[in-house]
Amino acid sequence: MTEKLVVIGAGMASGRMLEHLFETDPNAFEVTLFGAEPRGNYNRIMLSPVLAGEKSYEEIVTHDADWYAAAQVNCRFGETVTKIDRKAKTVSSAKGEMAYDKLVIATGSAPFIIPIAGRDLPGVMAFRDLDDVDTMVATAQKPGAKAVVIGGGLLGLEAAAALRLRGMEVVVLHLMGHLMERQLDPAAGYLLQKELEGRGIKIHCKAQTKAVLGDERAEAVLLEDGTIYPADIVVMAVGIRPETRIATDAGLHVERGIIVNDQMVTSDPDILAIGECVEHENICYGLVAPLYDMAKVAARTLVKKDAAFRPVETATQLKVTGVSLYSAGDFAEAEDREEIVLRDASAGVYKRLVLKDNRILGAVLYGETADGSWFFDMLKKGTDVSEMRDTLIFGQAYQGGGQLDPMAAVAALPDDAEICGCNGVCKGKIVGTIQEKGLTSLDDVRAHTKASASCGSCTGLVEQLMTLTLGDSYNPAAVQPMCGCTDLGHDDVRRLIKAKGLKTIPAVMQELEWKTSCGCAKCRPALNYYLVADWPDEYADDYQSRFINERVHANIQKDGTYSVVPRMWGGVTSSKELRAIADVVDKFDIPTVKVTGGQRIDMLGIRKEDLPAVWSELGKAGFVSGHAYAKGLRTVKTCVGSDWCRFGTQDSTGLGVRIEKFMWGSWTPAKVKMAVSGCPRNCAEATCKDVGVVCVDSGYEIHFAGAAGLDIKGTEVLGLVKSEDEALEVIVALVQMYREQARYLERIYKWARRIGYDEVRRQILDDKGKRKAYYDRFVFSQKFAQVDPWSERVSGKDKHEFKPMATLSLEAAE
Amino acid sequence: MSTANWFEIGKLTDIPRRGARCVDTPIGRIAIFRTATDEVYAIEDRCPHQGGPLSQGIVHGAHVTCPLHNWVFSLESGLAQGADEGAVRTFALKRDGERILMDTTTMLAAAE
Repeated sequence: MTEKLVVIGAGMASGRMLEHLFETDPNAFEVTLFGAEPRGNYNRIMLSPVLAGEKSYEEIVTHDADWYAAAQVNCRFGETVTKIDRKAKTVSSAKGEMAYDKLVIATGSAPFIIPIAGRDLPGVMAFRDLDDVDTMVATAQKPGAKAVVIGGGLLGLEAAAALRLRGMEVVVLHLMGHLMERQLDPAAGYLLQKELEGRGIKIHCKAQTKAVLGDERAEAVLLEDGTIYPADIVVMAVGIRPETRIATDAGLHVERGIIVNDQMVTSDPDILAIGECVEHENICYGLVAPLYDMAKVAARTLVKKDAAFRPVETATQLKVTGVSLYSAGDFAEAEDREEIVLRDASAGVYKRLVLKDNRILGAVLYGETADGSWFFDMLKKGTDVSEMRDTLIFGQAYQGGGQLDPMAAVAALPDDAEICGCNGVCKGKIVGTIQEKGLTSLDDVRAHTKASASCGSCTGLVEQLMTLTLGDSYNPAAVQPMCGCTDLGHDDVRRLIKAKGLKTIPAVMQELEWKTSCGCAKCRPALNYYLVADWPDEYADDYQSRFINERVHANIQKDGTYSVVPRMWGGVTSSKELRAIADVVDKFDIPTVKVTGGQRIDMLGIRKEDLPAVWSELGKAGFVSGHAYAKGLRTVKTCVGSDWCRFGTQDSTGLGVRIEKFMWGSWTPAKVKMAVSGCPRNCAEATCKDVGVVCVDSGYEIHFAGAAGLDIKGTEVLGLVKSEDEALEVIVALVQMYREQARYLERIYKWARRIGYDEVRRQILDDKGKRKAYYDRFVFSQKFAQVDPWSERVSGKDKHEFKPMATLSLEAAE
Repeated sequence: MSTANWFEIGKLTDIPRRGARCVDTPIGRIAIFRTATDEVYAIEDRCPHQGGPLSQGIVHGAHVTCPLHNWVFSLESGLAQGADEGAVRTFALKRDGERILMDTTTMLAAAE
């Protein structure tokens, strides 16, 4: 007698299993196939092209009515199985019971719907089956229709791209910092985001969805930060979970998925399970390749032949037309692993291989994925790649050839990219002039184009352009690279950030062809500063790329405690402020109180956990952070000036307070210390500061580029100005010029010596237009910088910084 | 050989990417790191050079740079990198979905 086989779920896994089963033994079973959808098996992976209108439903059907008829499968589509009775060996649906000898559960997975308000409104949907696709296509017909896709993973992005192709306005909300974070590293995530934004899709990362808004149906999505995106449909694509309810009800062993052994048999020997609903050796699979392996094994198990399912490496490809992206294996970094990175900025290519013991562990490819399967093949086989290591990253076709071009980034610049910021000279002009006039030396280029003739920070780039134009006949001076992650020097990087409009750390690393995937402790703080300084309104400060002092807004001490210096404008204080400081010192048992060289009070030996409470108390007395830890404006030291001193010529205290209130909070390449003295006796010691003012009867003498630390150096005189307003404008413009041009960690005196004191005088004192422009840019950036970091943290920002994650006692641990 | 004793110390999302948090234990502070690619590591929160809190350093790849004098340590092996010589103790962690668990047997052995 033929045995009865019942299959629950008519998806891709069970479809493939039936094919194998009928190939092996077409008469072994009398098969009944239940499917919740009112249709047979189609290729669910190809739903994205159907949504995009690139394929029709008919094209993705894998088993049509004829196939089922020929195979004599009893099809029960549109009928949900509600119960399994293992004792009686029957399954039940709305239409009655059916007996089985062998049962296969292939219920797949269900989309995860985030539990937020409004999730049940019409218009909120998943992207799982053909019905979802039909609903989305219908909505897209409406002119100007808007879609919000929640989830920037594989599925969400495919939906977003397809809906955009259908003409909808699309926003993607993604919880994590970069797209497809499970499959991609930040560098590839950046490239993908850039590509999708180029298609008119808005991408919002780190987006915490709060609610779907609407009365009758979904109208908008609200984020935790208050952002609202209007939406006609909201597609939730945040993940899937194995659909296990029926198995749980039947008392089978279920963890995250239905537990199966290597033969795909569940805890009941007559019940098998395959596909996304199962869990094998702690893993639930969501990609098709392992599911097909399961199908093959299950078919053999059913006809009592040997077969075993083994965990497999999986590779991912995004099915968005025009985007080439491939990721496979494990690409996390670890001690005993090495990485090979290839970036081609002009072609938008990023490739990264992770190796261990000369074997490929993981691969991420973007822009050029033809070698994906070659790498994946070696990954699966564990091929020893030591022989071809040097050329491995170039791919199969290039074995034995190819060299990285250090000048690719400059070669890739468009002709209108500005190379020299001081004189506004673009690449085309420089290359054109070199060719036209037959220039061969840097001095010639400076004379004819003015490029690199002012501050000189673009010299490296100009020299690279000369090498590109003149070939090997030109030998540029050696540039000191920023760090081991790049061949470019600080000046080149700063110029290219502006010229190419690079606005994130991953963007800089990709476009400038960084040799590591996530930089190092040398380049990351520098890049973070350059981006903060260049794009004050657009760049989001990356706190993980800041040194600890700037991250927690206090100064770390040798024993791991911190010191706190509240701001005392111009060094002036009051009994109320002093009393508040005394109270804080007592309350927190602060061991040392010290007056600093910059006329401030320093409280030392505070435990990190106490910092927010200390700031809270200080804040109540009106104190804000003194930025004593910052590469930024530290202090403006003053004398008492004409208010009290019998020699004072101007209100030096007032000017110092005014400068400090105007400039606090600004980030600079290195620390900036200032002073204002009321007469040439110079009690505030203004002539050894980064910027100093010495008041005289006729006005204000502005000084700069002094040092009194590792080096000792008297200031240079910038010039004499008549009014306090003018003094402020000159000082602000000078600091802004320094902010825009200096190398990270380079103090003003070193920067000014490098570019020439006369050049600073020319731009700040003589050229009033330039001075005003610097001043205006500083004022603009202050709009985003003048936020007291202490009160922000008292109100809860970066809470995680100040508390241990857990505390373990011996008892708890045992 | 005793068996591992896994103790939940927190969630992956408690730690910022390329950052660290601390766990206070009877044998002192242990720093728990999360890399850009979501690997987690636990090491002693004390630089062998001059006792700097490594949890406060900049995390790059599977390494951390000490905030006091820029020694670089491998998070996996605990060994100082480059020309510096020294090591910090490492502790076994495992992830179960979002949960991070630490093997307390190494800690207890160290406490004895």
